[in-house]
Amino acid sequence: MLKKSEFGTSMKVAPQIILLIFILLIVILFSTGMGYIEISPLEVIKIIIAKISGNNAFLHGINEIFPYVVYDVRLPRILTAAIVGGGLSIAGVVYQGILLNPLADPYTLGISAGAAFGAAIALLLNITLLGIYSVALFAFTGSVATLFAVIFLSSSDGRLSSNNLILSGIIIAAILSAGISFMKYVADEQVSIIIFWLMGSFGSKTWPDVSLTFLFVSIGFIICIFFARDLNIISLGDRSASSLGIDTTRVRLTLLITASLITAICVSVSGIIGFVGLIIPHLMRFFVGPDTRKLLPVSALTGAILLLCADTITRAVLTAEIPIGVLTALIGGPFFCYIFKRKRRRTGG
Amino acid sequence: MADNNVFDINNISFYYGKNKALDNLSLAIEPGNFYGIIGPNGCGKTTLLDITVREKTPSSGTIQYLGCDIKKYSRKGLAKEISLVPQDFYINFSFTVKEIVLMGRHPFIPRFSSPSSFDLDIVNEVMEELKIIKFKDKYITELSGGEKQRVIFARALAQNTPVLILDEGTSNMDIQYTLNILDIVGSSVKTKKRTVVAALHNLNLAAVFCDKLVFMKSGRIVHHGSVDNVLKEENIKDIFEIDNHIYFDHYSNSKQVVFKRKRLA
Repeated sequence: MLKKSEFGTSMKVAPQIILLIFILLIVILFSTGMGYIEISPLEVIKIIIAKISGNNAFLHGINEIFPYVVYDVRLPRILTAAIVGGGLSIAGVVYQGILLNPLADPYTLGISAGAAFGAAIALLLNITLLGIYSVALFAFTGSVATLFAVIFLSSSDGRLSSNNLILSGIIIAAILSAGISFMKYVADEQVSIIIFWLMGSFGSKTWPDVSLTFLFVSIGFIICIFFARDLNIISLGDRSASSLGIDTTRVRLTLLITASLITAICVSVSGIIGFVGLIIPHLMRFFVGPDTRKLLPVSALTGAILLLCADTITRAVLTAEIPIGVLTALIGGPFFCYIFKRKRRRTGG
Repeated sequence: MADNNVFDINNISFYYGKNKALDNLSLAIEPGNFYGIIGPNGCGKTTLLDITVREKTPSSGTIQYLGCDIKKYSRKGLAKEISLVPQDFYINFSFTVKEIVLMGRHPFIPRFSSPSSFDLDIVNEVMEELKIIKFKDKYITELSGGEKQRVIFARALAQNTPVLILDEGTSNMDIQYTLNILDIVGSSVKTKKRTVVAALHNLNLAAVFCDKLVFMKSGRIVHHGSVDNVLKEENIKDIFEIDNHIYFDHYSNSKQVVFKRKRLA
């Protein structure tokens, strides 16, 4: 166990963050080299420097298709995987905090069902008016619409209670799931495309995917960090939090929308990748404690590292690529059972 | 309506849907007093207290804090004036005791700042006083109900406000800690001129520690005044519909209420 820092000031966490950033960079470097075509880390560094500086002298002696493989094929996929891993973890931390429930995850409020519904419509009706981004756009629209439906359903006298949110999320997700099942039923040959999309993939990601997710996730992260201390205090319960000067409804709504938009963009580019947003915050809370100010950056970085590793396993280690959503659930599920059991033994709860 | 009142509550009503929880209730809370709010379950005590911390807004009527409409205060500003020990204290995340108590300093610590040494001193002092310092590094989730409640109490005391609202704040504590806490709170009423408004179930503790009692029934105040004037057999009978006997107890130096069995066989 890591030491519990005196009074939880954010300074103490800096070395851990630097270490995690370092690990993330190493993982990015090595995973870029891994795959059908093996490229050494040194060559990867040279290619990246050549791209950034525009100086092709660095490419001397490197197979001429390597820069293409690194820059156009692998890096967009790798960076998207890392950003999505970070984004889902941030959203997980925030959802667990707002809903006062350590078992909540980015999909608790039906955001994933909304995205899946949107994507299924686009795939079923073969909508391509926006080219390759049609499905992502439909998925995003579906998840945002779901979010507002959930907020509308759960708010009463201008308040948002966590129980109402969870219940509304479950109800709406159930309705949407039925819709998705129906679409699968009528889809005929498209059904495999829908199923494949739902299982998640980072295949054929492009630089626009990278920049779009990075934009959402980084802005979202800044907003969440801004309200991190308020989120700590909300865990005391609404009455205590508001007696400590926190506008619980406003903070909750802001963070809910922020975390949901992060989730929506992640799901739109990568499909439904389960367990990351549940396990990473859980695991990190175990190491750095529940203080959101530490938990957010540490979870974001660990989520990025782990999802990137998982994607690298399906892409470069396994002989046949299995969907990333299936892999995270297969690894994450049993692992979660383990920590859940262990944690209960520790607290006797 | 005197200007120096802490709260001036004027004709407030509050509805939950169609149910009236508070019915045209008026009350002035004077500074430097320990108020005990007494009444049967569901009489509106918690709703009244929620209105004083602006957790709820009355459906009609006004409430003023220090002569100024409570709505005009900023949330942070009010948090520097009034602290609350709530009835429920369930915390799902394993913060340490010290971290929880430090949260009481939240209104005084600017965003992105670390707590000052003054903040930390208050936190340590309060933990010492409430005898929770020995488990300051334990997780809140590992404590018993009574211990948790002392931590929540410490959190409110660390806020160090001129007004303290207690909603059954000692319900889960044993008698030792209940007395310890009421003593700490009661003496701060005398020495720091703090104003305390407490919903209490234990009539005899209320008689020992409170300066004034407010008796509530069905969303109204039926009797209020000094303990001597209000704590009477007929008033208790009126509110709780129970037979009782009240006498002056020399040991506790206060009036005490006693009851007897209704069915002997």
